[in-house]
Amino acid sequence: MAPTVFIGCGAGFAGDRTDAAGPVIDSLAACDGPRFIMFEMLAERTLALAQLERRADPAYGYNRALVAILQPILARCLDRNIKIIGNFGAANPRAAAERMITLARELGLKPPRIAVVEGDDISGTLNIDELARRETDGTLLKHGKPIVSANVYLGAQPIARALDLGAQIVVTGRVADSALALGPLMHAFGWSADDWDMLAAGTMAGHLLECGAQVTGGYYADPGFKDVPHLDNVGYPIAEISSDGAMVITKPHGTGGLVNRQTVVEQLLYEIHDPASYLVPDVVLDITDVSVDEIGPDRVRVSGSRGKPAPPTLKATVCLDGGVLGEAEISYAGINAPRRAKLAAEIIAARMRKRAPKLQFRTDMVGEISVHGTTGQVAPNDLGNCRDVRLRFAAGAESAAEVAVLLDEVEALYCAGPAGGAGVRRHATPRLISTSCLIERDKVMPRVSFVGEGA
Amino acid sequence: MQLRLHEVANARTGDKGNRLNIAVVCRDPAHYPELARQLTPERVAQAFIARRPSKVVRYELPKLAAFNFVLDDVLEGGVNSSLGLDGHGKSLSFLLLDLTVDIAEIKGRKT
Repeated sequence: MAPTVFIGCGAGFAGDRTDAAGPVIDSLAACDGPRFIMFEMLAERTLALAQLERRADPAYGYNRALVAILQPILARCLDRNIKIIGNFGAANPRAAAERMITLARELGLKPPRIAVVEGDDISGTLNIDELARRETDGTLLKHGKPIVSANVYLGAQPIARALDLGAQIVVTGRVADSALALGPLMHAFGWSADDWDMLAAGTMAGHLLECGAQVTGGYYADPGFKDVPHLDNVGYPIAEISSDGAMVITKPHGTGGLVNRQTVVEQLLYEIHDPASYLVPDVVLDITDVSVDEIGPDRVRVSGSRGKPAPPTLKATVCLDGGVLGEAEISYAGINAPRRAKLAAEIIAARMRKRAPKLQFRTDMVGEISVHGTTGQVAPNDLGNCRDVRLRFAAGAESAAEVAVLLDEVEALYCAGPAGGAGVRRHATPRLISTSCLIERDKVMPRVSFVGEGA
Repeated sequence: MQLRLHEVANARTGDKGNRLNIAVVCRDPAHYPELARQLTPERVAQAFIARRPSKVVRYELPKLAAFNFVLDDVLEGGVNSSLGLDGHGKSLSFLLLDLTVDIAEIKGRKT
């Protein structure tokens, strides 16, 4: 009988907790069967930021949190044969692998066998006009702005190949998030590249794991309605997958959080559009007939996914310079706070009409209306009794100088605005904008190679 | 009885560019048919009228006792270009959970 495969997740986004993997490794170390831990740390814009870092210094461009994450677990992973798969390579997987070799040396460990997956970066393969012809929605690329990054979502096959070749660690750049789990499963079970139902099951496992704590009580708790124990110590997920593609989602003993039907169904549908057709590079996943059953405390069985043949093209994310976002805030508190805040907003509106009539900006009254409001909204007419209003202004423009007009006006409210204006904070940050292209498969060549003495 | 959707269902949002999905999960699967009748795409579009959705699609998942709503063009360009604090739309699940629904019976609750 084919063994059960265990896959844990140690991080679900670029800024995730760096101490989450420890309990997952404790749990995996006690399991009997092929074991893997995945780290998903590469959002759409994270890669473009990494590309900028790499341009500034060719030794960087990977997610440097990997040192803090791997330092406490690397020895145990290598010792217990728990393979590590992560997209923390970002724009520079090779440099990430080199850094891991240094880390292993610092820890007094034998150099691990580290594979890097490359070929996702197509910025040198297709020029901006060729990319523009392949843009899916929008015409951002027709404006001729320089490209910051262009990366294809690679699938699970190069990860599986790296593991087949004996990698203890696989470092990738852009891959489909779920491929971080599907790759190990193709390797462990020997699933072929056209076994659509199995590839769908592995993709579903990856999808449930890829956001870390989001399947174990994170992004879920709502006190009094959906209570979650000890979220401060939430356990990150582990999937136990059997050879028929059914899986159990669980979490390490002694950790906080919870796994139940609701946490799993919420995450199953996270960022899904048509549940009958979730497109990844390796397969099209259909979850419409999936069963989700609670089979024990913090143990949920998920089965019944189906697969359809992989899409003919691969998706690429292209990032461009997006100018500058400027934000400035000021507080009004105590008696009559909402009316003073509203007056301040009216003053800014009048000043901006005179000084920069073309600059579109947004006003929020945090405490009255902000995240559920829309740009262009006016301050509410029936002001509430909120006694602590944070007034926020935001504008986007091509240059920092253009948004500075707004930020300066907000700061000037200290002396020239309503009574008691307090705590101005202002900043301007560069922005990246992104768009998607569909790329023919023959334009993309994934590469697997080994780095360092362990090669 | 009339109550807020929040009392009988969960919601979670996800974003891709300028498109938002909201998964609505019945806390008690027995409520699925009642919510299927009431949570129409038109009603959801109405709840988001200030954001002018260009399209709202509802996908039904009876086996999961859940719905997936996909709302197009409601994120002011998405996280890369929105001027708002919540470019991902992460808080918007609670805008939907504010809807009023009519539920015949809640298990374990005295009427």
